Order: sequence, then C-alpha cells, then structure tokens
Amino acid sequence: MTPAQILGEVFYCVIGLVFILVGVKALKDDGCSKKATTAAFWFLLAFTFIAGPWVPKWLVGAAIVAMAVLTAIGGVVQSKNDVPDPASVRANADKFGYKIFIPALCIAVVAVVGATLGSKVPALSWLTANNAIGLSGAVALVAAILLTKCDPKYAAVDAARLMDNVSTTGILPQLLSALGALFTAAGVGQAVSYYVSMVVPENNVLIACFVYCLGMALFTMVMGNGFAAFTTILVGVGVPFLLAKGANPLVVGALGLTAAYCGTLCTPMAANFNIVPAALLETKSKYSVIKSQVPFAVCMLLIHVILLYTLAF
Amino acid sequence: MLIRLIGVAIVIVGLILKFDTIATVVLAGIVTGLVGGMSIMDILTTLGTSFVSQRTATLFVLTLPAIGICERFGLKEKAIDFIRSIKSATAGRTIIVYEAIRTLAAAFSIRLGGHPQFVRPVVVPMAEGAAVAKYGKIDDDMSDIIRGGAAGAENYGNFFAQNCFMGSSGTLLIVSGLAEQGYEVSALDIAKWSIPVAVISMVLGIIRNIMLDKQLDKAAAKGGNK
Repeated sequence: MTPAQILGEVFYCVIGLVFILVGVKALKDDGCSKKATTAAFWFLLAFTFIAGPWVPKWLVGAAIVAMAVLTAIGGVVQSKNDVPDPASVRANADKFGYKIFIPALCIAVVAVVGATLGSKVPALSWLTANNAIGLSGAVALVAAILLTKCDPKYAAVDAARLMDNVSTTGILPQLLSALGALFTAAGVGQAVSYYVSMVVPENNVLIACFVYCLGMALFTMVMGNGFAAFTTILVGVGVPFLLAKGANPLVVGALGLTAAYCGTLCTPMAANFNIVPAALLETKSKYSVIKSQVPFAVCMLLIHVILLYTLAF
Repeated sequence: MLIRLIGVAIVIVGLILKFDTIATVVLAGIVTGLVGGMSIMDILTTLGTSFVSQRTATLFVLTLPAIGICERFGLKEKAIDFIRSIKSATAGRTIIVYEAIRTLAAAFSIRLGGHPQFVRPVVVPMAEGAAVAKYGKIDDDMSDIIRGGAAGAENYGNFFAQNCFMGSSGTLLIVSGLAEQGYEVSALDIAKWSIPVAVISMVLGIIRNIMLDKQLDKAAAKGGNK
C-alpha cells in the first residue's frame, strides 16, 4: 500500500468510528424503542468502512443487504441527542462572535490548498484530494477546540449528533455509485442507450447534450432525488453519448448533477425543498414555491445545455 | 432489452411511493443483476466491491466533528446576526443579499440550515418589512410573491453552489459515479468545474429578484386601485 492509501484507510476508520458512536448512542438510550436494530445498522456500516478492504467482498454485499432490510422494516431511528440548549448557544455566540467562522472556513480552505499542493509538490503526493478533505476536517477540529477551549469529548458527541441528523440517507451517494456499478455490469447502460439512440441521431453531440441535461431534470422530477437520477442518466446517456465521444468527464459530471437540481426546483416530489417550505411560510398555495422557481429552473437548464456543449468538447 | 430497465423502474416506483430509499436502491440493484443473468454471489460481490471502493462518497463525515462544535458555539446564531445587520431598501434586494450569503456559505461548506432556520424567521420578515416600508401595506398576493422568492433563493444558493466545495456529498457522488464508469477524476477538479454554474445561478438570482421588485410594484399599484 502507498502512504496515500494507508492515510486514506486511517480516515475511513475514523468515519467507521463515528458510525460506531451513533450505534453506541442508540444502545445507551433506554427511551429509544428500536435500539437493537438501530445499533445493528450503524455497526454493520462501520464494519464495511473499517474491515471492507480486508474481507471477501460478498460479505460486504451481504452487510449492505442486511442494512437495507433494517431500514425497510423501519428499524433504524434517531436516538436521544445531547442538543446544546439555546440559551448557552446564544451566550457562546456573543462571547466568541464572528471568530466562530474561522474553524468552519478552515475546512474549505485547507481542503483546497492541501489538494492543490498535493497534486503539484512531489513530496506531498500522499495528500490526494480525498486525504485533503480528511486533513481539512482534522485541522478545523483542532482550530475549533483551541478557539472554544471546549472539552474535546464534544468532537465525538457532536459528530454522533450530526451524523444521526444526517441519518441513514447519508450513505445514499455511496450506495447509488454501487447501484451504478451493478447497472453497468448488468447492461442497463446498453439498454438505455439502445432506446435513446432511437431519438438521438448518431454523432449529434448537441442533441446528446440536450437529452443528457433534460434527462437529468426529468428523472429528478419523477424520482424527487437528484442523486438517483444522476447515477441512472450518467450510465445510460452520459457514458455512451458524451464520454464515449470524447467529452471532458469533469464537465459532464459537474454539469450533470446541477442539471438534475433544475428538476428538483420543479417537482412536488422534492417535498423538503418545495412543499414543506411553502407550508412553513404559510403561502396561499402549496405550490407557490414551485411556481416561483420554474422560470429560473428552465433558464438554468438551457444554460446547462449550452455550457455542456461548449465546455465539454 | 426492456426487461433490463426493471431496476430503473423499481427506483422510480419506489421513490414515488415513498418506500424506504436505501431498501429501494438495494432491491433495484439485486433485481437488475438477476435479470442481467448474474448469480447472487456475483451480485453481492459487485455490490460490496463497489461500495468499498466508493467510500469516497461518504468522506463528508470527517467534517462533522468540527462543524458540530462550531454550531454548539454559535455558528448559526452569528450567521443570523450578520444577515440581520444588513439593511436593504426593497424586498428583492433583501432576498439578493440572502442568496449571495447562502451561495458563499454553501461554496465554503458552511451549513446554514435552510428554510426553517433562516428563511422563515429571518429573511421573510426582513423582506416583508422592506416592502411595508416602501408600499405602506402589503396584501396576500404580494406576500406570496415575496415568500416564494425567498424560499427559491435559499434553494438556488444551496443547490448550485454546494458542489464548489470538494468535500460536499454531491461532488463526491460525481467523483465516485465517474470512477465506477472508468473515469478517474479528482474532487478538486469537479469542484472547480462547478464554479461557472454557481456564478451564473447568482447572476440569474439577481435578475430574478430585480423582477420580483417590479412584480411587487405592479401588485401594489393594482391593490391601490381596488
């Protein structure tokens, strides 16, 4: 293993540790009605992160199926969190003022600087983009503890609290990439491109750009989930009609997901972003937010097609 | 050919019917593998191999300890203080200022919390306050225009700027999704290529909210004629 890979595994073990903390928190919570199944989910997930590279991969696959069964039966719930009380947060906000943004900004700055140096300086080649993200989290944590002089145990307490808030859907991006792998292995890409090629003339990249962006948005509108749409359309349209024709993968990837978000703006399926806010803001119609967003989303989607066509080729 | 798309159909139906997302995705993967002629062991191995190699997509967890402590010590409260300290003359301009802050925050991975924590308690009262100061009073239609615009600004800033941070889950999904299809890219480069869309979204947001002020002018004139 290279130093970069070893450091990477260390970071994955830290992530696994956060999952274990969430599981332990559930086990300790006597008020939690589903503590055994909740803890089982987080421990299985921790197993895939820490031991994943070293065990037969079908075992990891089996763990994923078991986790899916646990969430399917509603067995994974939030356990009691150590939520800071609003009065003390307010007092701390007044005490530390805008300095509290310093550790938060460290995350983005250290990640970008670290990854840039890592790709330019040979001695720092262990600092891959992934490891730079891990390093940024560590630097920001040290900065936060030094600034607030808080008990370092809050690193663990708050990591478990936020991870529990993110909940099981936090692993969705990773799971969808795995779904993409299965789609590819089973020939879903060929099937989608077989049907898309009935509409898209061979070698017409402009139409392919249009179908790719529109496909992202439409699938997101139907599924209500941009991440799921991204995986499907990337495999079915992006790979055969754009990447295979020499398009820049960076542009195809980056614009694909934001094209999907144009769909998110237009669909009641994305209730958290559109319907819940309308209720929260007590607008006259529950579609007020969507109505307000549609013209913006349509403009944005057209711009995506133009950007993709001009930047990717 | 059509049967191979059953996995796509399962994802669509499962998400529309609001079945558990993780179970839906895993089921779609297994069924797709089966109709594609793979054995159960092949499917589990493919699933496991990919899941382990794509742990990249969950790296954002490493930023949670620091963010959690910052929130405990008033990160969100200071963000609210900052937004409150900026006075703008019109509803549209108030929303523009918020969208700019939201865009920058998203690009720097500072989670501002969205509709319940910012739009409802801070942005909407400020924007409506500016409108009342300008027009005397506002009716329900005007209030709907303002609220829709403010909720939208939150979404634009959030969606189109978050990928500028290399550790965001969207950026990492793009990296691992491309890797799984045989295209190795770096998260830093994906973040860089996400900047044009973030800038364009902000420009469109400014235009949209200048138009929102015009809409309010019209609605106020109409209301006055009643």
